[in-house]
Amino acid sequence: MIEISGLTKSYGSTVVLDGIDLTVGDAQIGAVVGPSGAGKSTLARTVNLLERPTSGSIVVNGQDLASLRGADLRAARREIGTVFQSANLLRRLTAAENVALPLRHHGVPEHQVKRRVHALLDRVGMLHRARHYPSQLSGGQRQRVGIARGLALGPSVLLSDEATSGLDPETTLSITTLLRELRDDLGVTILVITHEMDVVRGLADHVARLDHGRIIEQGPVDQVVRRSDSELSRALLPLPPAVPAPAGHRTWTLRYDAATVSPFWVAEVSRDLGSDLAVLSALVEEAGRTGVGRVTVAVDGRVDAGSVERALVSRGLVPEQRPDAEAPVRAVGEAVA
Amino acid sequence: MIALLSTPWPQVPSLLGPALGETVRLVGLVMAVVVALGLPLGLLIFNTSPLGLTPHRLLHLSVSWVSNLGRSLPFLVLMAAVIPVTKLLFGTTIGFKAALLPMAIAGVAFFSRITENAVREVPRELLDVGLAGGSTRWQIVTGIQLKEAVPGLVAGFTINLVAMIEYSAIAGAIGSGGVGYLAVNYGYRRFDQNIMLACIVVLVAIVQALQFGGDRAVRALTR
Repeated sequence: MIEISGLTKSYGSTVVLDGIDLTVGDAQIGAVVGPSGAGKSTLARTVNLLERPTSGSIVVNGQDLASLRGADLRAARREIGTVFQSANLLRRLTAAENVALPLRHHGVPEHQVKRRVHALLDRVGMLHRARHYPSQLSGGQRQRVGIARGLALGPSVLLSDEATSGLDPETTLSITTLLRELRDDLGVTILVITHEMDVVRGLADHVARLDHGRIIEQGPVDQVVRRSDSELSRALLPLPPAVPAPAGHRTWTLRYDAATVSPFWVAEVSRDLGSDLAVLSALVEEAGRTGVGRVTVAVDGRVDAGSVERALVSRGLVPEQRPDAEAPVRAVGEAVA
Repeated sequence: MIALLSTPWPQVPSLLGPALGETVRLVGLVMAVVVALGLPLGLLIFNTSPLGLTPHRLLHLSVSWVSNLGRSLPFLVLMAAVIPVTKLLFGTTIGFKAALLPMAIAGVAFFSRITENAVREVPRELLDVGLAGGSTRWQIVTGIQLKEAVPGLVAGFTINLVAMIEYSAIAGAIGSGGVGYLAVNYGYRRFDQNIMLACIVVLVAIVQALQFGGDRAVRALTR
């Protein structure tokens, strides 16, 4: 478990992190997302204690690590394993030697180092590449070795600092799957810092949005994705580009919880209205631990907007965007531009 | 006419052989000092810089200044300038011992910069890996910084070695002994063409061989 409270970091008069409060529970995956320049890298460097916060605390296992120095600081750093962007493996060491490095520096006896390295490489599925140098490994393989190294000293918290940036979607998926397995098998608490929303959706239990050094919005992923008025939620569930609405139709963008809404709602609402719904764009998927949907539908403009809204709401759908009342509805038969 | 003054070819090896031995001894001794002092000095210059592990402005500037001082003077001038110190240390101003001090000064200063450059090429993120993993600064310097810089250091060592062979020839002017001294004394002062030619061939061969070996080593060490 890691509890960050009131974390502030400033360089001179420039405030980069402004009172960050963030807690990731035991065996949970927390994600911090945000655009470039939001303070993500500073947050990562402060959490893994490479930078000393200006104020605030970072509590792991009941101990505040933020104010330690010297040998205590080094011991505290071992409590937080870091997986770096592009792995940062030493080029002149093999995969096994890279994983062994923190163990050797910590003074672990050589026979135990061997056993531990073997187990770690096995866990991340890289045993067959133990004697390979980083230049002989693919990006995803390097990152697996980086994860094994981050876990070498048995940290309570694993910090993943843009660990999947620059990897292709398939490799990203295999890395996030590995992180989930580690959470479940080892009970390790993971803090993921990323700018990739799709990573968060499939991975995190808890998500926070960082912007201009502050956490603007946060919450459990399965709740956040159900918020209809949240920017974070929209970013987490980006709707694909919609096809043009049929002539004379009005569009609604809706959101719904797949746990409470019937999977046949399109047909059901159409029946209720006596007019068929057209689906223009849709995203329905598993997020957090249940399903969630976002969808843009079009309804014939001759059907009263109020009854459409009532029919949708009665089926559990939450309107996110309604048709503009002022906007003229194209007459039936008019060509679609 | 001039050819009559030249050492006959059969006698060339008896002059060149011992000279070669002297060069190896002089350059070898100097290079031992160069690595022993230049390496730590270079690590100090880099690690006290703003990019290093323990930035320290004043220390950085002073060590850097000392290193620059050793590289400021043309070697011939440096050699003359340190004569009083040489006299104090070795009791003589000519010969093998007298050449050691100026060569070591120039070499250490040179190698300190070569070391600084080589470790600067090690990505900062790799030092962060050590720091974030709770390694001590000493462990990071030896286990990450130096380890990763080995190919660069070997390449720099080769350059330094070749420069020291060149300096050993300049040191021929104060009677250092060695191939350069032989070339100056016989080839230049006595117009001994055979010796001159032999010295040139030997020096070119040595430098080519060292550079070839150095390049091979760098390739083998680069992963």
